Amino acid sequence: MKSAAPLQLTAPGEREIVMTRVLDAPRQLVFDALTKPELVRRWLLGPPGWSMPVCEIDLRVGGKYRYVWRQDSDGTEMGMGGVYREIVVPERLVTTERFDEAWYPGEAVGTLVLVEQRGRTTVTQTMRYESREARDAVLKSGMEKGVAASYDRLADLLAATRRGSTQS
Amino acid sequence: MQAAHRLDTTFAALAHPARRAILARLASGEASVTELAEPFAMSQPAISKHLKVLERAGLVSRGRDAQRRPRRLEVQPLADATEWLERYRRFWERRFRRLDALLDELKSSTKKPGGRR
Repeated sequence: MKSAAPLQLTAPGEREIVMTRVLDAPRQLVFDALTKPELVRRWLLGPPGWSMPVCEIDLRVGGKYRYVWRQDSDGTEMGMGGVYREIVVPERLVTTERFDEAWYPGEAVGTLVLVEQRGRTTVTQTMRYESREARDAVLKSGMEKGVAASYDRLADLLAATRRGSTQS
Repeated sequence: MQAAHRLDTTFAALAHPARRAILARLASGEASVTELAEPFAMSQPAISKHLKVLERAGLVSRGRDAQRRPRRLEVQPLADATEWLERYRRFWERRFRRLDALLDELKSSTKKPGGRR
């Protein structure tokens, strides 16, 4: 039985957010799914009801990428983009990231590392923000706030608490 | 805004290993400051300082016994924080599930020469 390992989120250090997930595919395929526009727009979607009308990728060092999501009901758009700083096919990508409507100060740098083991690929995405303030703004605004504490630990604690509170 | 501020306070309070350890201890039942200090290599004043942060965040309250003044865990702020986290995690997990499906499709089309794409 192959169980999908849950997505892990942590916030080590002062300026980083790290996301890890195992995918059941060789890393060349994963790399393609992360860098070919026709594949990216099939999974990097927003919440239900949002489409991804723009997905442009110029995969070379110094090349740009741009993503735009649109809420189909009212036309609200959210765009972001950046530049490829490092490309090592199929194992490493370093990109900058900036949202059109800046909801955190400055630019973030994302480092994506793909490690393949027995046909499965571990994806580790590290986002490094310009300052602790920027990182915390992301945490507060609906991105990964809870990374301050390990999610799993919190969930365990909550489960224990629920059990405890039913007794009183 | 107020809900967001409450979450900030909760997460700030959780962003310390000693405070998470105190909460974990309180999850198994209420305890006095002395009892809380025992398993940790921390002085009572240090524990009290952390407890103050947890109390301000509404994560810990004081029991009725006036002498022991036992601290107890308050569930609601943690429940709110976990629900919030879970929403975000689910958002990314949904994306990764779609990626899983896409990769399965790509794998089967590369294996079978006659497959699509």
